[in-house]
Amino acid sequence: MRLINRRPSLGAARFLAIVPFALVLVAYLIGSGVRLAENPSDKLLPAFSSFAAAIDRMALTPDQRTGDILLWVDTAASLTRLGAALAISVAIGLVFGIVIGLLPYFRAGLGAFVAVISMVPPLALLPILFITLGLGETSKIALIVIGVAPCLIRDMALRVGDMPVQQLIKAQTLGASTWQIIIRVVLPQSLPRLIDSLRLQIGPAWLFLIAAEAIASESGLGYRIFLVRRYLAMDVILPYVAWITILAFLMDRILLIIQTRAFPWFAGARAST
Amino acid sequence: MSAVISVKDVWKEYDDKVVLEQISLEIAPRAFVALVGPSGCGKTTFLRMLLSEEAPTRGAITIGGAPLPAEPGADRGVVFQRYSVFPHLTVLGNVVLGLEFKDAPILGRLFGAKRRAAEDEARELLAAVGLGEAENKYPAQLSGGMQQRLALAQALIAKPKVLLLDEPFGALDPGIRAEIHTLMRKLWHERPLTVVMVTHDLSEAFSLGTRVIAFERRRNEPSDGGRYGATITRDFEVWPKRIAGEPRPQKKKLMPGRDDPAPSGSLRDDPAIEGAAL
Repeated sequence: MRLINRRPSLGAARFLAIVPFALVLVAYLIGSGVRLAENPSDKLLPAFSSFAAAIDRMALTPDQRTGDILLWVDTAASLTRLGAALAISVAIGLVFGIVIGLLPYFRAGLGAFVAVISMVPPLALLPILFITLGLGETSKIALIVIGVAPCLIRDMALRVGDMPVQQLIKAQTLGASTWQIIIRVVLPQSLPRLIDSLRLQIGPAWLFLIAAEAIASESGLGYRIFLVRRYLAMDVILPYVAWITILAFLMDRILLIIQTRAFPWFAGARAST
Repeated sequence: MSAVISVKDVWKEYDDKVVLEQISLEIAPRAFVALVGPSGCGKTTFLRMLLSEEAPTRGAITIGGAPLPAEPGADRGVVFQRYSVFPHLTVLGNVVLGLEFKDAPILGRLFGAKRRAAEDEARELLAAVGLGEAENKYPAQLSGGMQQRLALAQALIAKPKVLLLDEPFGALDPGIRAEIHTLMRKLWHERPLTVVMVTHDLSEAFSLGTRVIAFERRRNEPSDGGRYGATITRDFEVWPKRIAGEPRPQKKKLMPGRDDPAPSGSLRDDPAIEGAAL
């Protein structure tokens, strides 16, 4: 049988999914074991017992100085920034995406501008943001918005432009105005597609968040990683990286669940086009 | 009898390519006009002009005596072959939508008693097209024939004077198509509609239409380079005459052995139509 026709059973598929994770873990354990055997105070690849101690220190025990549990403080700070920035980006992406995708005058006026703006590397703007907006929350949120919103706008505009023209004609033959077409036809069909592109933008959003926190911040997951880097505290950095990965993965899953629950028509409509 | 749609010497050209030339046509009220012709002969372009999706390069189209508006409107309903219904709305929502557009200019939604009234009106129409049982389904859950029934109901709720059909039944299986022809005939008899239908199926044209018009290029040599467009080459009145509101006497009496799938009267076993009678 050809390879393209051979399919794993459900159990085999699950096993295969676990294999790469297990391999990475085993590789780490071996590497860590070898280094620690040579030098018990090696900091680069700490043993799992050091991770447990670090997690206990950061995530379970209140900080001696402030009385806060640092991991939760950092997580709350980062998620607040990320949430605010993504909310702003989604609003901008929806409004401009629909307007550019649907209205020829706006497409003529803004299409090329957004296409150029989206090519500006956001991190190159970070110094400008710090200079003009200060080192507070605004500049960090602005960085994420600048990085994410243009992509959302372009994706939204493309998807609105891809809507079958028959639907727009049909709505007009039912007497709809431009406004009614936007709120009853275009917007509801855009929302699940917006979730698709937002899921793709979660990675970049975290990238911009951590970059901003690394440079100027007093809290946040990125701030903590770059702070303890000075002490080569791999026992803290690696669990933090794992935690950030878990958070990003959960955000992705939650968006997917929202998409299937809130837009039950979408899977069928996507399959039939 | 004054024409509902009057087309006077219309030409349609794209760049220097002529698609249609010298189209002149009067369509009587309550007519069911079927436009036929080979593919690429411009019959769909002509329908798009009636829809105001495209404008004629030369010539004039009037509807009810007034120049055709520059954009599509509620006076002309349409059913396309695909994408006629909105995938994000249920069957009921698709039909109620037309009433919401009419009565809710800001929110585009009706609430309370107005919504219930609109839903009742929509349900009546859904029953008439045989979709009474499916009101909570989404279009993707419907078969092709049911989607086109829905598209018809959706178009009719806006009470258009003219219904434009762009190969509406072209993608359906023959059995389903015969059923929906019966429905189409019934709707045309019962409602004050003038219908213009584009089809590539001659038998469909003759079995539904009161008049069949053929578009053709009189010269179609590759060396012409698009200098000659299609025009009306044949214009038949269907005989025996079909008159809107007067369903044709049954042929069944003449040919008792026949198993015509599209009879009207009490003997039919079309489930969709039975639902309508309830």
